[in-house]
Amino acid sequence: MNEPRSSSSTLMLCTTAALLVLLGGCQTTPKTETGVPVEERTPSTSSTTTTGSSAGGVSGSATASTTNPLKDPRSILSKRSVYFDFDRYEVKDEFKPLVEAHAKYLSGNKSARMTVQGNCDERGSREYNIALGQRRADQVKRMMALYGATDGQVETVSFGKEKPRNPGHDEGAWAENRRDDMVYAGE
Amino acid sequence: MARFFIARPVMAIVISILFVLGGAIAAMSLPVEQYPNLAPPQIVLDGSYPGADAVTVGSVTPRSDGRVEVRFFLLDTVKQTQLAGFSYVVTPAQFRITAHQIADIIYEKLTCDVGVFSTRIAYIAKQGTRYELMVADSDGYNPQTIVTSTEPMLTPKWSPDGSRIAYVSLENKKPIIYVQSLATGQRQVLANFRGSNSAPSWAPDGNRLAVTLSRDGLSQIYLINADGSGVTRLMNSPGIDTEANFAPDGKSILFTSDRGGSPQIYRLTLGSGAVERMTFDGSYNVSPRHLPDGKGFIFVRRDGGRFNLAISDFATRQVQVLTQGADDESPSVAPNGKLILYASENGGRGILAAVSSDGRVKQRLTAAASDVREPAWGPLTK
Repeated sequence: MNEPRSSSSTLMLCTTAALLVLLGGCQTTPKTETGVPVEERTPSTSSTTTTGSSAGGVSGSATASTTNPLKDPRSILSKRSVYFDFDRYEVKDEFKPLVEAHAKYLSGNKSARMTVQGNCDERGSREYNIALGQRRADQVKRMMALYGATDGQVETVSFGKEKPRNPGHDEGAWAENRRDDMVYAGE
Repeated sequence: MARFFIARPVMAIVISILFVLGGAIAAMSLPVEQYPNLAPPQIVLDGSYPGADAVTVGSVTPRSDGRVEVRFFLLDTVKQTQLAGFSYVVTPAQFRITAHQIADIIYEKLTCDVGVFSTRIAYIAKQGTRYELMVADSDGYNPQTIVTSTEPMLTPKWSPDGSRIAYVSLENKKPIIYVQSLATGQRQVLANFRGSNSAPSWAPDGNRLAVTLSRDGLSQIYLINADGSGVTRLMNSPGIDTEANFAPDGKSILFTSDRGGSPQIYRLTLGSGAVERMTFDGSYNVSPRHLPDGKGFIFVRRDGGRFNLAISDFATRQVQVLTQGADDESPSVAPNGKLILYASENGGRGILAAVSSDGRVKQRLTAAASDVREPAWGPLTK
């Protein structure tokens, strides 16, 4: 049998051994940037704590001050962040005076409203981190309720791992990002 | 001259017979095989392709009306038979979709599984401080921006008919779930209750979604109608419940819960309310996604600080780890169950990758030099 072959210009023959290609095309070009610049910042975990300060002293300064205690750097109320251990949502002892002080401020200022924003470090599922950040925020709200803040004054939300304060990828950055921020309405 | 033959008809006939006989004798001795081929073109497959059981042959022929005729045949080289053959007349703009349709036919004929080359994917791209919800072909080509925001977005989920995408946005300083129509671009709020609203999962009928709401004090799973009405709580758990994922038959959901002390995957049977723990190995098993055949699920497990995809079989409870990256997450299973798209990380940037459900084939998909995450494989196009 002969093999007639066509070289007609309109006919482009393409024979392909159809090995199973699971997904075609789309090669990734190598990334040239080696990483995000890591910002050197130490977690302010210790600085937010006023060791030995009692809740009574705090509320005293809040009422006696003529300036806004929420903005006064000498007041514990100017501190807004509570830090957590990895995969945990319990408020550590060192942050209880801070939570208590804000709770008492809310209790004494019934028109004040606050949002507690829970955050997580970058490890793990995005959606589970939304729930974990929510749990961290809820835990602070629960403690605030014990000191007189009402349910309607505090809304708890979570940013999960979506809005890291420190963009780094080490334990220092993670410790800074496992955090609740207390934000008053209008701030 | 003519008169001579008219007057002698018998002689004319004899001469013409002699001509015919002479021609017939001469034709038999002609070197026919040396003549150029004037027969219409045809394809004859001859030869073997080592390792190949099948071969595709095709043609692309421009037509006078500006369109193009695309033809292809799929041939079994062992049995020497044709498995498929189609012809399309398309515009040049339809080349890619036509190629994907052909690839689907070839895949289906050779594997007896549905091809997913014609499907689309969604994902979130981060460009500087801007977040974009993107839709692209399943291989990453033709990316189109669906939503742009300066705040993070996550968890895009295709409606079962592929017409809408539910997703979570932080644009209002809290997680709110939206549903966006791809045809009209219109968007509506699905869930914006007090607290956080997240983790949408469409029921197979497309009429309802499972969502995670914290409105009653803890992150819990609720059912909500696709128009945002009719919220019902599914369980009362003492801990976190989230990441619901409907079974293909709609009768149960898998979800992540820390009710046992660490995040693990559980299954809720919707009819009875029975809850059963599904993962036991390790202290962090999250993000369950059913396989389309309902026989197992993909999930993310943490092992020694690394996050990897794994597959579990409902019948045997056997677990197989599928990926080896440091930070693999957000799995999304192809509609045929053969490939899993997931988010990974390379040099501090998010990339998309795919792994076959047996773990043997891995491929990186991201071409653009941006930071991408949260892939979602769209449904089959009907």
